[in-house]
Amino acid sequence: MKKTNVIIGIVIFAILVTVPFWSAILSPANGAAPEVSFDTPVINQLSGDDYKCVEDVEWMRAHHMDLLSDWKVEVVREGTRMYVAEDGTEYLASLQNTCFECHSNYEDFCLKCHTYSDVNPTCWECHVEPNVAGGAA
Amino acid sequence: MKNAGIAFAFVFAILAVAYVGVELLGLEVVFGMILPYVAIIAFIAGFIYRILNWAKSPVPFRIPTTAGQQKSLDFIKQNKIENPDTKLGVIIRMALEVFLFRSLFRNSKAEVTEEGDIVYQWEKWLWLFGLLFHWGFFLTIFRHLRFFMDPVPAFVTFWADKIDGAFWIGLQNIYLTGLILLAGITALFIRRLYLDKVRYISLVQDYFPVVLIMCIAGTGCLMRYLTHADVTAIKALGVGLASFNFSSILETLATYDISMVFWAHFTLVCALLIYFPTSKLMHAAGIFMSPTRNMANNNRMVRHENPWNPEVEVHSYQEYEHEFHQKMKAVGLPLDWDYDEEGNQLPKKN
Repeated sequence: MKKTNVIIGIVIFAILVTVPFWSAILSPANGAAPEVSFDTPVINQLSGDDYKCVEDVEWMRAHHMDLLSDWKVEVVREGTRMYVAEDGTEYLASLQNTCFECHSNYEDFCLKCHTYSDVNPTCWECHVEPNVAGGAA
Repeated sequence: MKNAGIAFAFVFAILAVAYVGVELLGLEVVFGMILPYVAIIAFIAGFIYRILNWAKSPVPFRIPTTAGQQKSLDFIKQNKIENPDTKLGVIIRMALEVFLFRSLFRNSKAEVTEEGDIVYQWEKWLWLFGLLFHWGFFLTIFRHLRFFMDPVPAFVTFWADKIDGAFWIGLQNIYLTGLILLAGITALFIRRLYLDKVRYISLVQDYFPVVLIMCIAGTGCLMRYLTHADVTAIKALGVGLASFNFSSILETLATYDISMVFWAHFTLVCALLIYFPTSKLMHAAGIFMSPTRNMANNNRMVRHENPWNPEVEVHSYQEYEHEFHQKMKAVGLPLDWDYDEEGNQLPKKN
């Protein structure tokens, strides 16, 4: 093969394979995981044993969508509004009335990770974002 | 069947190493930081080494006997794509081969009937599964840019959300290319086992990449649709690796507990990157260097000199006649060229 063609091929290969590397160098963002904020009026009032999420925080980071999906099915299909957590606490299965009561900071909470990881759920096509509603109802 | 089993054993061994390393020994730094860098360096360096090695080998004479009529007399129709004599034709032929696997589309099945006749049958499954698998794999890798780029470019989001993930099940979209990749590679694996002639010629190194990619796609789908993982933590790891931000990687690995399915997926991908340049998977580069595909059939129009021919001293008849033309003329031998008074050879008359 012609030398120039081989070199052009290798250069194209190297550029394509290293897209993540050179785009990270050119990107203005530092790429670190975003800090979600727990600084809301309701969360600030929680203390001691009350300072907890519906389920374990580590679990919620990876699986909150499973919980919301289960809630959706139970509420809409079964009509069950009561959710019993692993630790026995009972919660009202409602995104707007339970989740947003504490996490009333949509932009600094939900949106932080969703934007970072480019996850675009359709929650907000029906549910009202807490900021727009002026805090949790 | 034995070879397929050995291939599975190798892949499970890699999974076992990942499990022991991450879950039992807590070597997240080895599997999350050292291994991926080793893998990507091995991949790029090995890939380029293989190309350079191939580029050094002698190029054969241009091959005129590809599947199409070569350029001939005016009233014989040339097949300009299958047997091109121009650069453009070669580019079209290469593009059809690289993007659509044209030569696999020629595949047919030969069988001997009970009467002893040979019959050829339609067999495009290899082409179809291969095409689905390769495009699915490419688009899935493209989609994975979202784990390495911050901010995620709009065209990646558009592709992932609007086209690839246009269909939703429950609260989450289904990435079609991921499922096509998994279906395609599984079909290729089953085809290899199902056709006895293909199974007969299949070695461990034929099964291993198939099983490896099948497990990569399988763990990926498992993680996305069933078990779920902490995507933010995984992306922090990915961006940290891409930007060589070692303190960020170490902090991510220390802070977050990433699921074992992710470590299985990630370790298998690293294994694939390391294995790639040593294996038949190098057809990715080799296809561009196929002598029957990448050279124009212009043997009759352009003189191709063998570049490694030794220098040969020649004495052409033209030079011979020039040297002896006076003596030849004197004895009455016919001359092919005319000469002026100083003995210079004049251009030949028609």
